[in-house]
Amino acid sequence: MNGVLLQTARVPGLLSAAGQHQGHGGGPVIPDYGTPSRCVAADGTFCPDWFASHWRVLFWPALLQHIELTVIAVVAGFLIAVAAAVLAHFQGWFAAPCSAVSSFLYTVPPLALFQLLVPVSGFSVLTVELALVAYSLYLLFTTILTGLREVPEDAVRAARGMGLTRRQILFKVELPLALPSLVSGLRVATVMTVATVAIAAYVIDAGLGSLILKALQSPFNTQFIGAGALAVALALAADGLLVLAGRLLTPWARSRRAA
Amino acid sequence: MDTFVKSFGFMHDRLPLLLEKTGQHIWMCAVVIGISLVVAVPAGLWLGHLHRGEFLTTSISNIGRALPNLAVIAIGLGVFGLNFTNIAVALLITAIPPILSQAYLAVDQVDPDQVRAARGMGLTPFQVLCKVELPLSLPLLFSGIRIAVVYVISSATLATVAGGGGLGDIVLGQANYGLQGVIAAALWVAALALAADGLLSLAQRLLVPKGLRTKGS
Repeated sequence: MNGVLLQTARVPGLLSAAGQHQGHGGGPVIPDYGTPSRCVAADGTFCPDWFASHWRVLFWPALLQHIELTVIAVVAGFLIAVAAAVLAHFQGWFAAPCSAVSSFLYTVPPLALFQLLVPVSGFSVLTVELALVAYSLYLLFTTILTGLREVPEDAVRAARGMGLTRRQILFKVELPLALPSLVSGLRVATVMTVATVAIAAYVIDAGLGSLILKALQSPFNTQFIGAGALAVALALAADGLLVLAGRLLTPWARSRRAA
Repeated sequence: MDTFVKSFGFMHDRLPLLLEKTGQHIWMCAVVIGISLVVAVPAGLWLGHLHRGEFLTTSISNIGRALPNLAVIAIGLGVFGLNFTNIAVALLITAIPPILSQAYLAVDQVDPDQVRAARGMGLTPFQVLCKVELPLSLPLLFSGIRIAVVYVISSATLATVAGGGGLGDIVLGQANYGLQGVIAAALWVAALALAADGLLSLAQRLLVPKGLRTKGS
């Protein structure tokens, strides 16, 4: 009863509104999107004002999603790779199969990997993260294992002589000395993950890649150029931050360099 | 799993289409790899021979790695428009850095004693490069080329965004070819990358001097 009343009440209102519009302009009803700036009206290559005004609605959330996807993938990949590398360091036979599997995963193009996982885990964040982790494993595993193997034999022997157990040697001597190569592996993996997350937009609607994809079809360039530039900036910033973190974590390397 | 089974049906039914797209894909990759080999290998080898430009080569490879492909193609659309130049530039940015930095490193790490011995025997700098340093640096150089080829094959899938054709047309064309088509083309790209990697490792085995075969590679 109520519904009927509401409907009858609404229809005259709509009719009168349409009538008003017709009476007002005489032409088609054009929705009001505000006045475009000169750059937007002229369809410039990149409009800083449009970029700034859409920063909070478009670019900032996408940037945050991009960072989130990257961090989850790199942390997960790093933990797996460290575990595998330590295992391979202790048990030599484990290295060959590990490196074969991870290099196979690395050779498969990430875009193909995303699509191949879709029938298994759907258009979900899980699909994306699985592919990203699979893609980052090879570089992380090889650099970490190389770092562990390049720890000077003398340092390990001295530690053993001081009565450290195997586990103490790993955590107090080998891993700290392998830090530089750990960091360099992380740098490459992070930068590559940032680039790959952009492609993940073909599977899920998140990150800077999705802004690029949505805008590519339109003749207006600012959105995809802005998002592309942000992705580049993010990769460079992440790289720089990791270099800094590496320096802070290995103060002895710097003092040796200065000496 | 059903989709995977259907994707093989797609491969069977649309074989001519897949082959045509594969041809475009390979052609595109071959052009880019060719250009980057011509540019990056001599430059890297020569810089390594002089032991100069480490900062240059490492920063080029760092920056090149940091540039997301899709972003480069997107920015390129604004600069070059919808054409092959855009794709070629984006792919060259992925291909040149690994080749350049590995070529540099490969020559740079050649044992200085051997170079000195060669010089003492009266070889000119060019002969030292071609007869001593190049053969000794082949394993590392090949690893750089392999990385670049695999990168390019996988990135070339994105060429479709800029109208470049190739297998990306199918991988990213779910609306036209359905999920089974996408899966079929994705398997095809993966197989292509693995095959190229395998072929190059074979070539590496044939080209690398016998004395170097036992260690590494």
